[in-house]
Amino acid sequence: MNVFMRWFHKMGSPRYFYTVAGKMIPWFMTSFVILLLFGLYYGLIMAPPDYQQGESYRIIYIHVPAAWMSMFIYVVMAVSGLISLVWRIKMTEIFVISSATVGASFTFLALVTGSLWGKPMWGTWWVWDARLTSELILFFLYLGIIALHSAIEDKRVAARAISILALVGVVNIPIIHYSVEWWNTLHQPATITKFDKPSMDISMLIPLLLMALSFKLYYGAVVLMRARAELLERDRNTRWVQELIEGDAK
Amino acid sequence: MSTLSLTSAFGLLLKRDLTLAYRRRAELVNPLLFFVLVTAMFPLGIGNDPVLIEKVGPGVVWVAALLSALLSLDAMFRSDYEDGSLEQFMLSAHPVSILVLAKVLAHWMVTGLPLFIAAPLLATMLHIPGNAIPTLMLTLVLGTPVLSLIGSVGVALTVGLRRGGVLLSLLVLPLFVPVLIFATDAVHTAGVGIPTTAQISILSAMLVGSLVLAPPATAASLRISLS
Amino acid sequence: MTSTLTDNGSADCFEAKSLVCIRDDRVLFENLSFSVQPGQALVLEGRNGSGKTSLLRILCGIRLPEAGVITWNGKDVFKLGPEFREHIAYLGHKDGHKPDLSPLENLRIAQGLGKAKDGIDLAEALEQVGLYGFEDVMTRNMSAGQQRRLAIARLLVTDAKLWILDEPFTSLDRMGIEHMERLFEAHLERGGMAAMTTHHRVGFKDNIQLIRINLSER
Repeated sequence: MNVFMRWFHKMGSPRYFYTVAGKMIPWFMTSFVILLLFGLYYGLIMAPPDYQQGESYRIIYIHVPAAWMSMFIYVVMAVSGLISLVWRIKMTEIFVISSATVGASFTFLALVTGSLWGKPMWGTWWVWDARLTSELILFFLYLGIIALHSAIEDKRVAARAISILALVGVVNIPIIHYSVEWWNTLHQPATITKFDKPSMDISMLIPLLLMALSFKLYYGAVVLMRARAELLERDRNTRWVQELIEGDAK
Repeated sequence: MSTLSLTSAFGLLLKRDLTLAYRRRAELVNPLLFFVLVTAMFPLGIGNDPVLIEKVGPGVVWVAALLSALLSLDAMFRSDYEDGSLEQFMLSAHPVSILVLAKVLAHWMVTGLPLFIAAPLLATMLHIPGNAIPTLMLTLVLGTPVLSLIGSVGVALTVGLRRGGVLLSLLVLPLFVPVLIFATDAVHTAGVGIPTTAQISILSAMLVGSLVLAPPATAASLRISLS
Repeated sequence: MTSTLTDNGSADCFEAKSLVCIRDDRVLFENLSFSVQPGQALVLEGRNGSGKTSLLRILCGIRLPEAGVITWNGKDVFKLGPEFREHIAYLGHKDGHKPDLSPLENLRIAQGLGKAKDGIDLAEALEQVGLYGFEDVMTRNMSAGQQRRLAIARLLVTDAKLWILDEPFTSLDRMGIEHMERLFEAHLERGGMAAMTTHHRVGFKDNIQLIRINLSER
């Protein structure tokens, strides 16, 4: 426990974080690419076609992990926000906005792949399915956070504002999810739920998990990159950044 | 001498805001007018087929209520922000959450509560069955405070921004969705004669939940916006 | 008349230690420390933009300092919360009252929000700032100077020990300024404390201790 606390405390120092994160990014990136290739290979080539949906179901290997990530990142963002508000640690403040754009991208990816999945099945580019609708609302929540952050000039104030917004959002997401499910069962016979996952054979499950893991590594890499950039910008007048610039210039 | 009791401070602020609203009473009718106007636009847009109108009726009323709430939210803290009174609240000897609750209550009484008066008129325009009108009024009375409470967090976060209005819609409308869904479902269900206990209970739970959680969040957001 | 002695008999003390303030990526001031005792007034001087208003807002608790701590009787004011706020009164750039209420109504609100002061009538407070007869006039119909006086009247109706004043004499004429200086003096002589910024030379009596801090010279 002691080791963890010390590490946590060290990570709070901007300069330390900057260097350590810089070393971690290539590891994240390479593992992401490796797992992605494996996942895509198993998903697109090795896994058998679904008996109901044929080949077109394969888009779930991107759609489902992307949807999982959109939720996961929001929760991480909200927890970061909570820590930054309660303990006022600068690095967690930066994590909130760094996660927001990646989270929004994954949500967008889930929406687009969901739409692509729907077209061969039901002939339309969009269906008001419970999951897609929830994803859409989640997308708006992400956009709100990004928009609020860019609207506030003082970035320290902006970070605190989006932390509150993220917390408000995370409390509301289960409620929104539940109400959209309710809404969906109202206007649709209970028999068909549109985006039924094909019954999960192990050969289909493995690529799914591989893709999910690879997306997590991607998130890790990107959030660290974004956090470093954000940190440089916020600290641009401090000594450690000046030294960094001078060191590079030599 | 000591500070006022919490209830007295609450009452003082509530009375202040109601007095201020009364002194500008010409503006009081705007949210209600907007509500009726927007609702009237829908048949003009979708055609006068009574079957279609009856189908969309509850949804239309409630979307109009959401828009009306959105429009009047900005006024919640703006004038206090501009004349410096908001800063004085933050420096009060009382917990800011309670002061916020007083302000939100006053705001709702002035902009949200009146909407239920228009319910019978709107029900007639949209062919909502007579037996659903009491439910419509009930959902408005239960749901509009939730809109004010959730909205207050959004307003608090954007009060210092120049063009906060557009951003406010983005922040707040996704959070309004649950209210919209359960309120319209309640009215639809009442219209076909089925009991609406589930939907009304859920709306009431949302009201209680937001009464407890929104004021502290708004207080924290005000603190952040004013710093 | 309230005493400024705390429960254990020592005098109130308002302190700041190592305050740092950053605005727009500029460090306005750092390592700023001071201590204010009853009867003392902190006078902040400096060019426009040197951080005087920011510092006052930090002292109130409206703004968070980037580093440093502010204490009231040794306890961190952010932890004290309402307990600290009942001892302060803030007069900022904006007057802080509603144009659509009368002066009397405005003072009633101010009194209700803070810790009300014994033995002062609201009308009396108005008289003390030279607004006798204006009790029921709509505040929006008063001149800028009169509205500033109303804002100062707010200080008189609460039992705040520490007055935090940002350019309190704005919009006041020569006579008004002198009048208000006497009011502030009286507050300090009763054991109150003040932290203020002002553009003109403060004309307090010699027996009042001033702590001068010039933010432009840091």
